[in-house]
Amino acid sequence: MTSLTITHIKRPGADRLESVTTENGVIKGWNLPPEGEVLDGRGGTVAPAFIEPHAHLREPGQTQKEDLASGLAAAAAGGYGTVVSMPNTSPVVDDPATVRALIEKAEGLGLARLRPAAALTRGQEGEHLAELASLKEAGAVMFTDDGRTNENARVLRLGLEYAHSLGRVVSVHAEDASLRADGVMNEGPVSEALGLPGNPAAAEAARVARDLEIVAQTGARLHIQHLSTARALELVRAAKARGLPVTCEVCPHHLLLTDEALRSFDALYKVAPPLRTQADADALLAGLLDGTVDCLATDHAPHTRAEKERDLLEAPFGIAYIELAFPLMWTHFGERLGLTRLLDLMTAAPARVLGWPVPTLEPGAPADLVVLDLEAEREVDPRTFLSKAKFSPWAGETLRGWPTLTVVGGRVAFRG
Amino acid sequence: MTAPTTLGARPRHLLDFADWTPERLTALLDNADTMNQVLDRPVRKVPALQGLTVCTAFFENSTRTRVSFELAARRMSADVVSFAAGASSLSKGESLRDTVEVLTAYKVDAYVVRHPASGAAHLVARYSGKPVINAGDGRRAHPTQALLDAYTIRQEFGSLEGLTVAIIGDIRHSRVARSNAELLPKLGARVRLCGPATLLPADLAALPGVTLTTDPREAVRGAHAVMALRLQQERMAGGYLASLQEYADHYQVSGALLREAEAGAIVLHPGPMNRDLELSSDVADGEQSRILRQVENGQAVRMSVLYHLLVGRE
Amino acid sequence: MTPKATILSADEVRRALTRIAHEIVERNKGAEHLALIGIHTRGIPLATRLARKLEELEGVTIPTGQLDITLYRDDLSEVAHQPILRETRVPFDLARRRVVLVDDVLYTGRTVRSALDALIDLGRPEAIQLAVLVDRGHRELPIRADYVGKNLPTARTELVKVKLAETDGVDVVELHDLPEERP
Repeated sequence: MTSLTITHIKRPGADRLESVTTENGVIKGWNLPPEGEVLDGRGGTVAPAFIEPHAHLREPGQTQKEDLASGLAAAAAGGYGTVVSMPNTSPVVDDPATVRALIEKAEGLGLARLRPAAALTRGQEGEHLAELASLKEAGAVMFTDDGRTNENARVLRLGLEYAHSLGRVVSVHAEDASLRADGVMNEGPVSEALGLPGNPAAAEAARVARDLEIVAQTGARLHIQHLSTARALELVRAAKARGLPVTCEVCPHHLLLTDEALRSFDALYKVAPPLRTQADADALLAGLLDGTVDCLATDHAPHTRAEKERDLLEAPFGIAYIELAFPLMWTHFGERLGLTRLLDLMTAAPARVLGWPVPTLEPGAPADLVVLDLEAEREVDPRTFLSKAKFSPWAGETLRGWPTLTVVGGRVAFRG
Repeated sequence: MTAPTTLGARPRHLLDFADWTPERLTALLDNADTMNQVLDRPVRKVPALQGLTVCTAFFENSTRTRVSFELAARRMSADVVSFAAGASSLSKGESLRDTVEVLTAYKVDAYVVRHPASGAAHLVARYSGKPVINAGDGRRAHPTQALLDAYTIRQEFGSLEGLTVAIIGDIRHSRVARSNAELLPKLGARVRLCGPATLLPADLAALPGVTLTTDPREAVRGAHAVMALRLQQERMAGGYLASLQEYADHYQVSGALLREAEAGAIVLHPGPMNRDLELSSDVADGEQSRILRQVENGQAVRMSVLYHLLVGRE
Repeated sequence: MTPKATILSADEVRRALTRIAHEIVERNKGAEHLALIGIHTRGIPLATRLARKLEELEGVTIPTGQLDITLYRDDLSEVAHQPILRETRVPFDLARRRVVLVDDVLYTGRTVRSALDALIDLGRPEAIQLAVLVDRGHRELPIRADYVGKNLPTARTELVKVKLAETDGVDVVELHDLPEERP
């Protein structure tokens, strides 16, 4: 029997200092006599730990970029209790044994929980379905060919239907590969002035439109990853109005940065889908406010420094800032969204997308908790990141609202 | 009255023309006249850059541009070291930063960089901390080519003020077009970019002083200089063109098209030429052609660029 | 800025040039094969004036040229800003010419050193001589003038300012104190 008590914490929206006690990985109750290890929450706000529905932890095969230990430690430092890892590793996570091995290894680490997504198709090639039922049994929580695009619409349709029958959601990286072509940034006046191959907004919108028609045809659940354009968001909004079972996520970097950042020619800003225009960023924020956007995801995609110091054609796509997600959102959009909505977007919303029980602070709920100091201001110092990707567009920027404690299953996963 | 003797603090690099004022650009072209005089003397060399080492770092092959820069540097008495990296060093996994740091450790004072990726010259500037001359980065910029184009036009007309320059060809993939579209309006000229719609990105219309047209006659009408761009034949594979014949039939700079231009208009081409594809042979060899003059002027302009970047305290 | 002394008036400038012209003729036993090359900026009008006087004296045409020595300076890595390059024009063959370089002030000798290098890169004259309006001393190189309008002992803290009608609207040579360097 292990117990943990956190004292001097507030529930969101409340002023009263309380304490919570956990026992055997679940919340035992509030304001009980302290038992077990006692931690001082120092007046922070407590919430169910965040859920990251979209992260690249790079294990197996690309552990120079990240591994389970560094990635899940970084997640815990960001206030996350659970991470859904993407299967585009080397080899691709498309067999049950790999799923089991990942879960087993992560459990031994005592950091954030790992909930692997598995490939929808063998090798993520988009041509033959993976063994979805067996992958589900092994513990895969989602199916996706993220990293690749599902060019074969018929195979995607079959995968959606099969996954739906298994009660698992399929998520897609919605870009038409032929329209995207060799684009490395948003197509527009900036890309043309810089002479960099552009990726048009139509590549995303066209693919979202196609996939929404498949949803309409099949009635199967679909989750659209990292929406980046106003137009694609508009399509999702219309589809939801029609009652289609579709959800979508937005990444903070698409809210905070635009294609103007590429004028530095710094591959830090090379992401897929690309940073778009301010009008797109504004539309995405409006989507967060009106509920069209279901949840936030960081698409944590670490690479080595050497890889990101290459030129813009050679450098890989991706940005990693899971440790900054909450401070970035709270600093920049806290007032617009409000704490309740922001916490929902990072916790309950991803749970709903994944078909999981919505996390609560009630007795009996899993003891996955984050304590946030909403007033703390600190300068971003990438050298202190627990992720292996120790660089950031926000280096040196002062952000407000930092996680100070992350508890996963009643055990401390991060203490700031 | 005494002439001004200085131009204020020098720009650190020539990556594009963002940091270059029209006054300094004009002085740079003026000084190219002096450099041309040096090239006409029995001793085609001056000691101005004695003791400095210039590295030509070519991550993409271009013998002509490299030779032009190396001669320019040598005629200014700089030592020249050339570094050529093909695809091989990329596949070895050495990053651009590693390469540049190694070269800088050899005590290089300035870089001339050619690279297939737009923006790579900016990265070399960041990683080396030394003055960098962009000798062509991806589709982004080829500033010394634009300068020698401007110089050649100025030689003919005395000034660029009020002139119209038509640039015809594969605008989409052309760093020459982008650099000219940035430079010539700064010097008072209007630029018309022209090509088939597949090779003429509409977003370029956002550049100041630049208009776009898919009609070559409209582009050339009343122009003082007509520049044909090299058509990379691999554009066929990209699906941008139905056939080379289709391109030549509609966009070749021919005698007939040239008659639409201002009387006395000159013809330019950044080389190397595809004769009878983007440019008809009779025009290339005709009396309006200044294509060989461009090559000559290239050396003088590059000497002037080296002077403007390397003379004086940092 | 007012000068602390006038070294040469307009008349004195004229007389100094006349004397130099005579010395040139004497030393070279006439003006055949002579050429005058002025160093930018004020050496150029001085060379033109001397040529005119020589032509009056000897009744021959004296070729003249002008030299910009910027690209030959030995302090190019030290200057704060790039000097503007000016035209070098020597529209005659230097071979078998006796060339008189002309400048306004001879001081450290570095400009003359640069001019000698620049001139030799243009061709191979039979001889090079040097004429200056003022020699103010403080040589840093083993260089001396063949013809001097006025020898003027100066301090390094002083500035000799030559003004000529062609460039400054008036002929005069003045002595100034250098503005004190601000800390």
